[in-house]
Amino acid sequence: MIAMAIGVQVTFWIVAPCCVLLGLGMVLLRRMVHSALCLAGLMIGLGILYASLDAPFLFVAQMIVYTGSIMMVFVFAMMLIGIDNAEQMKDAIKGHLVLAIIAAVGVAALLIAAIGHAFVGDPAGLDSVNSASGGNAQSLAVLLFSHYVLAFEATAALVITAALGAMVLAHRERLGRKRTQTEHAAEQMRAYATAGVHPGPRPGPGVYARHNSVDYPALLPDGTVAPTSVSATLDERGQSVLDPQQLARPVIEAHNEIVGAHAEVSGQAVIPVQPLIAPEPIERSAPALPAPPAADELGEQAFEEPAPRTSEGDEQ
Amino acid sequence: MNPNDYLILSAILFAIGLAGVLVRRNALIVFMSIELMLNAANLVLVSSAYQHGDLGGQVATFFVMVVAAAEVVVGLAIVITIFRSRHTGSVDEAKLLSR
Repeated sequence: MIAMAIGVQVTFWIVAPCCVLLGLGMVLLRRMVHSALCLAGLMIGLGILYASLDAPFLFVAQMIVYTGSIMMVFVFAMMLIGIDNAEQMKDAIKGHLVLAIIAAVGVAALLIAAIGHAFVGDPAGLDSVNSASGGNAQSLAVLLFSHYVLAFEATAALVITAALGAMVLAHRERLGRKRTQTEHAAEQMRAYATAGVHPGPRPGPGVYARHNSVDYPALLPDGTVAPTSVSATLDERGQSVLDPQQLARPVIEAHNEIVGAHAEVSGQAVIPVQPLIAPEPIERSAPALPAPPAADELGEQAFEEPAPRTSEGDEQ
Repeated sequence: MNPNDYLILSAILFAIGLAGVLVRRNALIVFMSIELMLNAANLVLVSSAYQHGDLGGQVATFFVMVVAAAEVVVGLAIVITIFRSRHTGSVDEAKLLSR
């Protein structure tokens, strides 16, 4: 009995600080998914506390219902709403944040003062009650299906109603007629004529991909980044690479190595080295591009990054 | 051990949930904070069942879980419906009645 009580205490003092930290993380973290993960961890911690308080059935129910289904429903809703839907923290009411924190601290103080000493004496424990019907789940079942059977039936009705209500709420009627492809194309051309919106597909990412091609934008003929080639979500998170020099650097380095090796060989075997692309037509249109460092060994032929293939510049 | 520690822990968690409801503007996070407050109340019920040697608290927790599941389903459906019509997930934007 003593050992068990110590086990309960150790569990509490390990789990309780984690729960408080995770709760604070849920409120303070800015990204919704981080908040959801914190809440899921907190619910697991509470489940562990339930297990230590002789409630194995509620422990499993907590894991399955809360951590398993409710949090997953939350994550699904996040997916539908969109994670990049930024939350503005501008106060609608003046001093709202300060007042809210004061209110929360006040409620905590009141609750602790009011019920913080409600338990008097040693805990009775649930050993005798649980073993009366052969176990915790059996004892709960006996209670649920005898004393609380009316409430149990009412929750059944509630759950069915909730499922129906959710389906009705989430159902969407199509209000207008579906647009045909012809109308869509006509609208695209109208947008092109009036606002100059490009009617074709957007450029794909990953021209200079080294690891994850989706965050590497395509380059326009003048060497600048094509902004529509990268997902706006990546842009918003600051995860896309938007520096053309950084994009071209590995290619230029590799090219210079090859050119250097060629130059060494050509010093002995007199093999003329051909450039990949002549510099002239690109130099005109791409002033921002870096000058290749090892290009001098080739005489007048300099290397430029292989941006769009300009066939007229390929004089060999 | 002092069984009142559970009550203090649940009071703290409840206050954190309350702060989340009051401070955050994102409807989903407000919802999650409400779930946190429900969980804090559940902890009181389970610990008092342990304290008094009575399974009534655990039965009540079970009912709270069922009701919370139903509430989340309906609430998230409402949040998604509002998002569809207004394209926002903020609780401050749904203020048609204030004008």
